[in-house]
Amino acid sequence: MMRPTCSLFAAFAVILIGLHAGPAYAVNPDEMLSDPVLEERARDISQELRCLVCQNQSIDDSDADLARDLRILVRERLIASDTNDEVIDYIVERYGDYVLLNPPLKPETYILWISPILLALFALIAVIAFYRRKQREDGAGPKSLSDQEEKRLTEILGSSQDRS
Amino acid sequence: MRFWIAVIPLVLFAALAGVFLMNIGKDSSVVPSALIDKPAPDFQLPPLPGRDKGLSRADISKGNVSVLNVFASWCIPCRAEHPLIKRMAREANVPVYGLNYKEKDPQDGVNWLGELGDPYSAVGMDLSGRTGIDFGVYGVPETFIIDGTGQIRYKHVGPVTNEVLEEVLLPKIAELKG
Repeated sequence: MMRPTCSLFAAFAVILIGLHAGPAYAVNPDEMLSDPVLEERARDISQELRCLVCQNQSIDDSDADLARDLRILVRERLIASDTNDEVIDYIVERYGDYVLLNPPLKPETYILWISPILLALFALIAVIAFYRRKQREDGAGPKSLSDQEEKRLTEILGSSQDRS
Repeated sequence: MRFWIAVIPLVLFAALAGVFLMNIGKDSSVVPSALIDKPAPDFQLPPLPGRDKGLSRADISKGNVSVLNVFASWCIPCRAEHPLIKRMAREANVPVYGLNYKEKDPQDGVNWLGELGDPYSAVGMDLSGRTGIDFGVYGVPETFIIDGTGQIRYKHVGPVTNEVLEEVLLPKIAELKG
């Protein structure tokens, strides 16, 4: 049997290992650039680009053949001293905006970008309207009795007192 | 006023349901091409082993409508559509060019055409897949219709079926020929 301190230590070790393991990427060692700065930029770009074969993965994540070809292409463009934007434009020219995992803001995508804001505003207005109304109703309280009602009340009370 | 506010969610729901309804049966894996109505990319591809003519941009911009079919011997749907590509080459009366995409072995494309028949006016071999990328190819087979000035006018993704050939590709080719 392990002593308690020993098993605690083991548990910590397991957690530490877990913290150090990053997400698994599909980039093969032979694709990587020797220049760490360029490689870092290549990784950043790859994470922005959709793999068209698997669609919900970036080319950085995907094992598809085309994703691999595009990763290599991205690195070639970087070596040819393209800026990040130039590399992305190069791919977009061929595959369209669809390759961008982050859709650009342009007339066709206004509804996509603006609808959440509109919905949030709508919800905010609805909440404000709801509380306003509630407050008004609470604040108003019961009206005082009219003269007629007052008279009737004394009558009722009076008659009940008579009986007792 | 109150009535209209109460109706808003219903209207929104109906609109959303309408959008979903319109998308039923639409293949979400088909990506619209960025190259429609744009000039075809420049390329220069070597011939298949044992042949002397490859394929280049000059072939598809010679003043007549042409078709470029992207195929590969490892691609099962290509085998399925091949009889229809042959039929297209016979009936459309335009040159149909082949882009042999990413063969593992250059000989594979030759063998495949030897077995199934070769309808292509010329075939270019794209071993690296780079020309494919320039054409925005993301899955074989793909079929491009290119006008006489070398502009890409239509792209079909996936295997050509009887229906696609008769109702889409042949009419489109006829229309471009004018």
